[in-house]
This record gives sequence, C-alpha cells and structure tokens, in this order.
Amino acid sequence: MNVHDYEKLWIGLSMVLIVLFIGSITYGSVVAGVVMIDDAADPVDPDALGDHPDFGDPGVTQTGEDTYEVHVVAFHPGFNPDVIEVPANSTVTFHVTSMDVIHSFSIVGTNANSMVIPGEVSSMTVELGAPNRYGIVCNEYCGEFHHLMEGELVVVPEDEFELEADE
Amino acid sequence: MSTYVEQFPAEARLVRSAMYTAFVALGLGAAFGLLQVLHRTNVLRVIDSTDYYTILTLHGVLLVLTFTIFFLVAIFTWAITTSLDRPLPDHRFSWTWYGLMTGGTVLAAIPIVGGLIDQIDMSAAVLFTFYAPLQAHWLFYVGLALFVVGTWLAGVDWIRTYLAWRREHPDERIPLPTFMVLTTMGFWYLSSVGVALSVLVFLLPWSLGIFEHVNALLTRTMFWYFGHAVVYFWLMPTYLLWYLLLPKVAGGKLFSDPLARIVFVLFLLLSTPTGIHHQYLDPGIAEGFKYVAMTNTMFLLLPSLLTAFTVVASIEHGARQRGGTGRLRWLGALPWRDPVFTGMALAGVMFAAAGFSGIVNAGLNVNYLVHNTFWVVGHFHLTVGTAVALTFMAASYWFLPQVTGKPLWGRPLALGQVLLWFLGMTFMSNAMHRGGLAGIPRRTAEPQYNFSFEPAIGSVAELDAQVVLGGTLLFLSTVLFLTVVLGTLRGGVDPTRIPANTYAAALSEAEDGPRILDNLRLWVLIAVVLVILAYAFPIAAIVDRSGWLGPGGSPYPQVVWVVEYLVVALALR
Ligand code: HEM
Ligand SMILES: [Cu+2]
Ligand SMILES: [Cu+2]
Repeated sequence: MNVHDYEKLWIGLSMVLIVLFIGSITYGSVVAGVVMIDDAADPVDPDALGDHPDFGDPGVTQTGEDTYEVHVVAFHPGFNPDVIEVPANSTVTFHVTSMDVIHSFSIVGTNANSMVIPGEVSSMTVELGAPNRYGIVCNEYCGEFHHLMEGELVVVPEDEFELEADE
Repeated sequence: MSTYVEQFPAEARLVRSAMYTAFVALGLGAAFGLLQVLHRTNVLRVIDSTDYYTILTLHGVLLVLTFTIFFLVAIFTWAITTSLDRPLPDHRFSWTWYGLMTGGTVLAAIPIVGGLIDQIDMSAAVLFTFYAPLQAHWLFYVGLALFVVGTWLAGVDWIRTYLAWRREHPDERIPLPTFMVLTTMGFWYLSSVGVALSVLVFLLPWSLGIFEHVNALLTRTMFWYFGHAVVYFWLMPTYLLWYLLLPKVAGGKLFSDPLARIVFVLFLLLSTPTGIHHQYLDPGIAEGFKYVAMTNTMFLLLPSLLTAFTVVASIEHGARQRGGTGRLRWLGALPWRDPVFTGMALAGVMFAAAGFSGIVNAGLNVNYLVHNTFWVVGHFHLTVGTAVALTFMAASYWFLPQVTGKPLWGRPLALGQVLLWFLGMTFMSNAMHRGGLAGIPRRTAEPQYNFSFEPAIGSVAELDAQVVLGGTLLFLSTVLFLTVVLGTLRGGVDPTRIPANTYAAALSEAEDGPRILDNLRLWVLIAVVLVILAYAFPIAAIVDRSGWLGPGGSPYPQVVWVVEYLVVALALR
C-alpha cells in the first residue's frame, strides 16, 4: 500500500498525541491520586434505606480529628439532609445513594460530582478550607420537579461547628 | 450520465420519503430547541417548567433518532444502489422497513405528546436516554423497538443487494460507498442489540407491570453500550459525505481510498467497546473498566484525525485542479458560493473545534468538572448538531435535485442558511461551554438556584443573551432551510440543469490497499471479541452485585410523592 509521506507523518503525530493523552490521564489517577467513583461500597436496598445503619439516619458524623463523613439520601426532588454543615479546614467524605431514580450529587465549585444510582453508593472526598457556602445540585434529570432539587453545603468556622445532638 | 431519479426511480421515491420524514423531524425539533432556549434563560415561558422535560424528550428523540437516522437510511440507500449500480432486490421489503421506522417513531411520540395533554393518561418524559427507573408508557418502548427493527431490516436490504452484486462480481473490490455502509451496519447490529435487549427483556415488561423493578445500573450500562456507538452511527453518513461528495463538489478527487477503508474499519472495531466512558461518574463500576473504556476512546481519535487529513488533502487537490496555488492561497479557489461545499466545509471546521472539547470530556478525571453540565450540550451541538446536521442540510441541496429531478431553488438563500447556522452555533455553543465551566447544569428547566453561578469571565446574563441570540439564529436558519426545500419541490422537473449522479473518484485507488481490508467477516469477528472483552466483566460484576432485576427502587412517576411534594412546595411558597 502506498502511503503518502505527509500521511505517514500525520499518523505518527496522531499516535503520539493519543499516547500522550492516555499517559497524562494515567499520571493523574496513578501518581497524582485523583480518585474515581468506583465499586468500593457495597450495594444497598433502595426500598429499605430506613433500616440501613447509615442511610437510616443520614447526616454528618465525625470520624477523626478533622475528618467527617456525611450520608445523603437523594430523592425526587430533594436531598436529605438538604443543608449540610461542616467545619472549616476539614476533610469530608460524602456517601450518597438514591431511594428512587437516578440523580446526581454535584457540589458547585468543587470537584465533588457524581451520579447517584438506586442500589449503589457514591463516595467522594473533598478537602474544605475557609468558611464558605456551596450550592448542591442534581444535574441528572430525575422527574418533573428536577429543577427544584438543590441543597447547600455550609462550611462554618471551626469554633461555631456543632454536631447534631442525636448523633 | 444522468440523475439518480432517472437511474433508479423506485429507490429515488424511497430516498425522498426518508428525507422528507427527516426534514419534518428537523423542523419540529428546531422549534422545540428555541422553546428550550427561551425557557431556560427565562426570556419567554409558554410552557410550565414541569412540561419542559416533555419538550426536551421530543427535541432529543426527533433530532438524534428521527432526523439523523432517517437521513442516514436515505444516504445509505443512495450509496448502495449508486455504487453497485443495481436496484434494491424487493421494493415491498424496502417499504416495510421504512414503514416500521415511521410507525415506531409515531408510536413512541404518542405517549410523549400525551404528557402535555391532561386528558390523556400517558407520559414518556424520560428524555432520549430513558434511564430506568424513570418510566415511560409502554407504547414508548414498543415504538423504539419497532424503529430499531426497521433499521435492522434496512441493513438486511443493503446486504442482500451487496450479496447479489457479489455473485456477479466475485473478484472485484467492494466499491467504497458500499464498504462504508457495510462496516457501519456491522457496528450498528452489534451495538443496537444491547438497547434492544434492554428494552424488550427489561423495560417493556416492567412498564407493563410484569416486573416490579429493574436494575438501574444494568439498564443504564446497556443503554450506553449502544449510546456511544449511536454517535458514530450519526457520524458515519457524515463521513461518507465528506469522503465522497465534498471532494467532488470541491472539484477534485478523494485523496486515498485505502485510508478511507482503514478509517471505517477502525470505527467498526472501536465504536462499541467505549460506551463506559459515559459512565465515568457512575458508582458500582470498577475504575479498571473505566480505564479500558478511556483508552479505547482515545484510540478512536485516530480515525477522526485521519479523516481530517484526508478531507483537507482532498479539498486542496480540488482547489489546485481549479487553478488554486500557493501555500494557503488555494483556499480562495474553492467554490465558496456553492452552499453544498460551504455548508459541509463549515461543518468540518466546527467538528474540529468539537474535537477539543471532546478530548476534555474523554479525559477520565477532567470529566468531573464538566460532566452533565451545559458544557456537554455545547459539545454535542457542535458534533451531532452541526458536524452532522449542517452536513446533512448542505448535502440535501445536492440530493434533493438528484431524487426529484428538480433543480435547486433559491441558491443564495441556501448559502445564507448554512452561514447563519454557523454563526448561530458559534454563539450558542460558545456560551454553553462557558456556562458549563461555571457549573450550570444541563437538562433543567430553571438553572436559577438560591446560589449563583460565577463564570470566570463575563456574567450569566451575558451567557444567556448569547444562548438566546444563537438559538434564535439557528431556528431562523432551519426555517430558511425548509423554505429552500419547499421552493425546490414546487419547481418543475428539469434534469438537464442537474449534475450527473456520481461521487468522487480516488487518487489512490482501492487496488493500492491490501485485500484483507475487504474481509468484513474478519473485522466483524474482531469487533465482537473486543466488545466481549470490554463488556463481559462489567456486566457480570453488575449482575453479581445486585441481580438481573436489581435491588429495588420504585418506578417514577409515583402519584404519592407528587402530591406530597406539591403540598410541601405550596406550604413553602
Ligand atoms: C434550532 C436549533 C437548536 C436549538 C436552539 C437547540 C437548543 C437546545 C438546548 C437549549 C438544549 C439543552 C436543554 C437542556 O439541557 O436543558 C438542547 C438539547 C439537545 N439538543 Fe438541541 N438545539 C438545536 C438543534 C439541535 C440539533 C440539530 C440536534 C441534533 C441533530 C440537537 C440535539 C440535541 C440533543 C441530543 C439534546 C439533549 C437532549 C437531552 O438532554 O435529553 N439539537 N438543544
Ligand atoms: Cu434531578
Ligand atoms: Cu460517547
């Protein structure tokens, strides 16, 4: 087969480009430690979330000095809890599941952005700095009131933070 | 040398009908697109926000299933008959698949439209991705299934024509247009089996109440098993036109036939085992599977990069044939006044731009930033909404005369139309990309929340203004397109004023490539193996986690919550 010289050059450059892309992404996940949503958590029964040890009573729990866990249940059209309060300068891991259809859990302005699928748990960790307020939206269409589905993440000064009494 | 309608009058009728169906879908889809733009930006609201999703379902289904695929069957029928120089074997069979496709579309549309009418107790506001447990009326699933079966039979029709030709020409190379059709149908069968199984085995019985629930992650994975390949199903007729029609109207030849074959073989091999790249953010799928999909996706860049080369090289050849010289001055020698050429060339330019935003989407970890934001909408309005749609519109200016025998009416209008589309899309898509970077979500009637989005440069109001301006220009462009179509149809038949039905010859011909390229059995076999490698483990893992029918999840809409919700919402207002 006779391939034109320019064509050979182009194919070569294309392959280099592709390998570079794959390399940079591999670097991102292996070396820089960008964490993916995966299958780490066990599946849950969306019809029996009330009986689940964590999702039965969703909300914030403290797991270490500056580390917290937040369990969130998504439903059409809202999040439970819808306002999440955590202290500044903390590491927060969110575990989100759905009791009905597919949703998303996206904290605007952070890299926390995941699909939320009934039966599965999405876990993502965010490093939070100074006090701030972030909007949380569902960006997967979930029904006719989808656009009303929103929540808020409130990062409060460390000395103002209090865990809810029932924890 | 004569026009298509003179050579194949019966097929021309079929091609015409398929094109008209596509145009009706385009016109309706564009009107809904304008409604969406005006609604989202809160400029004009003629529907309730709760009905927005029904409109968006119609927009998606009519444009990416009806418009694109009806146009595809038209182009493919033309390609097969023209390049093999023989008619389809059995016209009753051909009209059967056309009927199934049309009937399927209408059946699917009934419950969607029903969602807008209170007296009709049907709805299917599930968007064109119909992720369970969102549930549509069963007619929607029946319609989809019939439509897909229609496309399968269309493929059978083309394959039969090819086999009949093969018996008479045992040693000849497959003509390039036929080669393109057959490789495309190869991955279409392979991938649409996934969605057909999902619909027939799970969703339809579930919508009829036979199963209580379905496995949301499994049906979603089966959708994307097909959902990425369908993107290439829209793109392949576009590439076919770029390879066969564009060089011809530019006045030259296709640069290389063997390279075109390699490109189509690569698409056959790689377009299906990449679907999981739409599920980077899905829980329940291991990172390793996502990584495999990402690598395959990156390799899929290769055939598109090769296409870019071949198309530019072919156009340059055309320009030089027309007397163009210099390093870049040859560009001036191209037939820029011809809407067929200019429309397709602009579509190609936008596709190149889309390549950049596509690479961002495909990046496994960069995807976090833009997933399901307005960015993605900006991206696919460049790809399917322009590279494909504008190419189809421009090509229509060449095909309509071929299949009707009537010369094109309103050529300057047609030129204005393609320019207007380009301009409108520049505004709309640019603003959508930027909005997505600021976090503005897609698929929402009201991206106005209690907090505000902050674009890096400019403001949301400025972005909204651009989206509205762009959307309006696009709608006007569609109206102009339909005007030119109707104007042409109203004219008289005059084949003497129409170019002959031919396609571009190649500078480097089929014989320059190895024979193995034409071994379709081999390529299909490898494609099947790749799909099994990419999907057997993820599917097994999903089923292993929560069973074929999933752990539960109630179907929506469920009257109870809606009532409950309304009470809460009213109390809060
Ligand atoms: C008049 C021209 C058009 C306008 C004004 C327009 C506008 C829009 C807008 C604003 C959205 C986003 C809605 C949302 O996410 O809330 C959208 C979605 C979409 N558009 Fe278009 N569009 C046009 C033409 C097209 C064409 C030609 C195609 C493809 C051939 C197309 C395919 C789609 C698809 C697939 C979606 C996504 C639907 C979904 O999310 O389910 N559009 N369009
Ligand atoms: Cu939602
Ligand atoms: Cu894709």
